[in-house]
Amino acid sequence: MNLVTNNKWIGQRTIRPDGMDKVTGRAQFAADTTMPGQIWGKILRSPHPHARIRGIDTSKAEKLPGVKAVVTSKDIVDFPIEKGAVMLGIQDMRWMCRNVMARDKALFPGHPVAAVAATTEAIATEACKLIEVDYEVLPWSIEIEDAIKPDAPILHQFNKFDGKPSNIAGRLEHKKGDIAEGFKKADVVIERTFATRPVHQGYIEPHACLISVAPDGKTTIWSSSQGQFMVRAMTSMLTGIPQSDIRAIPAEIGGGFGGKTIVYLEPVATLLAKKSGRPVKMVMTREEVMRATGPTSGSRSTVKIGATKDGRITAAHGTFYLQAGAFPGSPIRGAAGCSFTPYDIPNLLSEGFDVCSNRSKVAAYRAPGAPIGAYAVECVMDEVAEALKMDPLEFRLKNGAKEGTKAAHGPTFPRIGYIETVEAAKNSPHYAAPLGKGQGGTLRGRGVASGFWFNAGGESSAQVNVTEDGNVVVTTGHPDIGGSRAGIANICAELLGIDYRRVSVIIGDTQTVGFSNLTGGSRVLFASAMVVTQSAEKVIQTLRERAAKIWNIDPEAVKWEQGAAHPASPNAGQFPPLTLEELAEKAPAMGGPIGAGVQLNTQGADGGFGTHVCDVEIDTELGIARVIRYTAVQDVGRAIHPGYVEGQLQGGVAQGIGWALNEEYIYTKEGKVDNPGFLDYRMPVCSDLPMIDCIMVEVPNPKHPQGVKGVGEVPLVPVMAAVANAIYNALGIRFYSLPMSPPKVSAALDAGMKQAAE
Amino acid sequence: MADIRYLAPRSLDEAIGAFAAAGSAARILAGGTDLLVQMRSGIVRPGVIVDIKKIAEMTDIEETADGGFRIGAAASGMALSEHPRFGKVWPGVLEAVNLIGSKQVQGRASAGGNLMNGSPAGDSVPAMIAAGAVVTVQGPNGRREMKVEEVPAGPGRTNLKPGEILVSFKLPPRPSGSSDAYLRMIPRTEMDIAVVGLGVSLTIKDGVCTAARVGLGAVAPTALLVEPAAKALIGSKLDDAALEKAAEACRAACRPIDDKRGTIAYRIKTAGVLLKRTTAIAAKRAAGK
Amino acid sequence: MAKIHVTTTINGEPMEYLCEPNDTMLDALRGPLGLTGSKEGCSSGDCGACSITVDGRLVCSCLMLAAEAEGAEIRTIEGLAHGDRLHPLQQKFLEHAALQCGICTSGMLVASDALLRKNLNPSEEEVRFWLAGNLCRCTGYDKIVRAVLETAAEMRDGIKEAAQ
Repeated sequence: MNLVTNNKWIGQRTIRPDGMDKVTGRAQFAADTTMPGQIWGKILRSPHPHARIRGIDTSKAEKLPGVKAVVTSKDIVDFPIEKGAVMLGIQDMRWMCRNVMARDKALFPGHPVAAVAATTEAIATEACKLIEVDYEVLPWSIEIEDAIKPDAPILHQFNKFDGKPSNIAGRLEHKKGDIAEGFKKADVVIERTFATRPVHQGYIEPHACLISVAPDGKTTIWSSSQGQFMVRAMTSMLTGIPQSDIRAIPAEIGGGFGGKTIVYLEPVATLLAKKSGRPVKMVMTREEVMRATGPTSGSRSTVKIGATKDGRITAAHGTFYLQAGAFPGSPIRGAAGCSFTPYDIPNLLSEGFDVCSNRSKVAAYRAPGAPIGAYAVECVMDEVAEALKMDPLEFRLKNGAKEGTKAAHGPTFPRIGYIETVEAAKNSPHYAAPLGKGQGGTLRGRGVASGFWFNAGGESSAQVNVTEDGNVVVTTGHPDIGGSRAGIANICAELLGIDYRRVSVIIGDTQTVGFSNLTGGSRVLFASAMVVTQSAEKVIQTLRERAAKIWNIDPEAVKWEQGAAHPASPNAGQFPPLTLEELAEKAPAMGGPIGAGVQLNTQGADGGFGTHVCDVEIDTELGIARVIRYTAVQDVGRAIHPGYVEGQLQGGVAQGIGWALNEEYIYTKEGKVDNPGFLDYRMPVCSDLPMIDCIMVEVPNPKHPQGVKGVGEVPLVPVMAAVANAIYNALGIRFYSLPMSPPKVSAALDAGMKQAAE
Repeated sequence: MADIRYLAPRSLDEAIGAFAAAGSAARILAGGTDLLVQMRSGIVRPGVIVDIKKIAEMTDIEETADGGFRIGAAASGMALSEHPRFGKVWPGVLEAVNLIGSKQVQGRASAGGNLMNGSPAGDSVPAMIAAGAVVTVQGPNGRREMKVEEVPAGPGRTNLKPGEILVSFKLPPRPSGSSDAYLRMIPRTEMDIAVVGLGVSLTIKDGVCTAARVGLGAVAPTALLVEPAAKALIGSKLDDAALEKAAEACRAACRPIDDKRGTIAYRIKTAGVLLKRTTAIAAKRAAGK
Repeated sequence: MAKIHVTTTINGEPMEYLCEPNDTMLDALRGPLGLTGSKEGCSSGDCGACSITVDGRLVCSCLMLAAEAEGAEIRTIEGLAHGDRLHPLQQKFLEHAALQCGICTSGMLVASDALLRKNLNPSEEEVRFWLAGNLCRCTGYDKIVRAVLETAAEMRDGIKEAAQ
């Protein structure tokens, strides 16, 4: 494909199409929507980490004045365990139906057991308290080491590992060569074990939906989600309403990061709306978000890397245990498949273990699994480099994956940009800058780390329609969580040769746009740009045909440039250009509407690489580490809108710093989340962070019309290791568990240890 | 569901009448930055909310003729920071009040609410204790004064009698060579509850510390007045030995817990570190006076 | 349950509404007043998405009772622009890509405006500490801080120009 160069709009920092609404408060998020006659839904949740549900009596709730409907798991379509997996994307509907509402067992504190719709929120809340649930409380376990003990309470008896009921729900491995032989060849072998805590995606907007079901079953859903087609499908499968009767409209979404790629409320609200005959609005409180939606896995990983004294890695072994929470499905694929991928390693075994335990079911979080694995691998890489007395970036260059390297997870790499990211980091002003001296007894340190994420392609649909007054409306299929509408506007404007302000980009709903897979996997701009490009090319073809008809020449003799049709050469004839506006005006007389739509299962998505440099300053008396300088280098393919590509890098880095230093799920002795709010679930605030510098390396994706690579997820992958390696550089102490919070750092400093205990 | 009533009396007598009449069902509303959170989470279900912000005595900030200050219990931190003189005379108390929450919270939160909420970690309390503040309370049986360190009784509890409302804080006039400071340890740079909070107020004459008070918070069921720490500072030139002695006294005064914000060991260590740092700041400020 | 009748001024317009005694100002804005620009992120004063000003003071509307608005001057995000004339902060946020999902943006703008009204020459550190009560999970704050600093600089220049 020919890459467009000399761009007018691609690569420009245009104003995002949804920006005006967002800065004026007009943007409609799910909780902002209203429908006449709407009532409120509330969920009753299990107080126990693990309990058999012997019975539910909703009679008192139903009698409370103002209550219009009550729902229990009886109302939700069952996906029987014994019938086997029913997959929707990567989700098994057997777990989805039980996650949305408990069936025979409550599996975490916060697990929904019933729901009520009433005329006010207060009445709905009161009614929930009147529902009587007969629980048989069972022993529970939350942490991985407790859940895999031989006598651990088993969440799912049908789940067998090594022939016995187990909380280990799955295993995968990637293998290359022979690691035993490989380690024999190594001069330096470092093996370490790491622990991380569950962390939440932390989107500021709680889950919300507003759903109306008409007497004939026609259902309208407004919801905050990363995939209106996923909402439609899951709601249909869990309620029995056919997909064609469900219109799922994606409201503006206030953050997702993967956490909104499944449904929690929509099927329940749909059933409440159906039963009550009224539109039902459900909005989670912050506490419900923290207790009952899916943070990512806590983990236990062991990583062993061996290298020769001249710096070549000969073997690597990684074992990654990830918490799945109440149902199987932790992101072991990301941990096992991505963590070693930046490197060309001849002998490799990478294993992932999926562990169930009594906490909320895990949900995707920005490159799921990969940040967890990268923390372990990139810290060991740092130790190996140190043992070899090599600069850590040099060590990565020496072993970096390139075109032709066979990756751990299978594919042989085409042209990739990993080495370029390391070189850019090495040559960055940050890396060259002296660390400087810490003020007043603080110590400073610098660390680096790399990372990889798969990126996805997948289904996408789009339409490009020319308005009667000669402008363009583009309808795409994916919720915009990063600025994809801005990128699409740039691309469409570029292709049609018109000002980007003449292009309106909207996101369709399930009844106005073709099937489009969910927003995730860093795929939206990649996939939607492909279908928008093909649609625009069809439009351009039509415009050329229309001009050709007017000029009475062959369409092949017409070119489209700068928003107008021109004769392709002087031989074609001397005609003044026909602009988009002119052709639009003539459209009814010349064959009808000008527009095209394309639906594809897009292919050719390539993984992304990043290398980060981090400086920290540590108050050694109090153990407080602060990041004082950060540079994120990433191979971004092509930065269609540089501002929003930088935004992805900066946002991912900020999340990683929180994960590294302060974010963690803390549980009480009773197995409940002790910090279900933004006060004690400590995400970075504005004053915690420095400016975050971005270096975008552009190695265009040859399989994409604009060279686009997914960028959204890679930025989170290297961060925790970059921070940990920087802290080591400052203090001489390695931290093998996260977060590196002040009491932990302080204790390690006091103990004067080289390695911190957990 | 019980009815809730909201009242906004314009006089203290009216407020006390309504507050006392409703008994344990009543709650005072100053900035609301604790009360509304507790109501939302269901911890507190008041029957009557008495909004005291329309009572001048509860929100005024005035410098008294003798050079002291009287601060209405419901005066917000922002209002306190806008007073032309208060921050110059009591920078430690001001910074303590304005470390509570965010700028949004400081637009509403008051030293009175902070004290009456009874959190062992309330930021303004150690600074008020160090300042030697005296509070005026008024109830059905009239008005009385209490030393501020006598107010907290335990987590969420105070020593005010039923029906009594906290009216104002009185801060004493400052001899020359006096200043104060407040520091707290939090894991982030803002927005956290203090893991340890420490206030120091002192007077220095000819290089010698002639008076000192140390208030310590978040390390015991209530904020503490640490007299042994002050004793170690008084009469000294605030040299390393004196600071270490005072730090040790603070560490010894701690009776902390392990919780989601800090460990016992960490809090004890931090109390000592903060004593030294806070004293240094207060001393530097005092030298400028 | 007897509702309270409140008469107040919002974005310069006289307004009235009915509210429960325990409704918050955020409930009133998003409910009877239909002003959904202020967002609910946490209801505990920890995220700032609900920021408004009351008599010129920056506050979290989730930490104020709706009844307290009686006689007060309330300003929300909806009052920042004048018709189709954006406030310089809003324009700069757009130009700097200082927003992604937008859920924090209303609160960020109200808080930033409150800062610039108080101090038109803040340092980067002052901006960061002022905005510490406004959580953003998308941007890492970098572009937000740049937008505020650049707006302040332009507004200072504008005042200088106007004075000349």
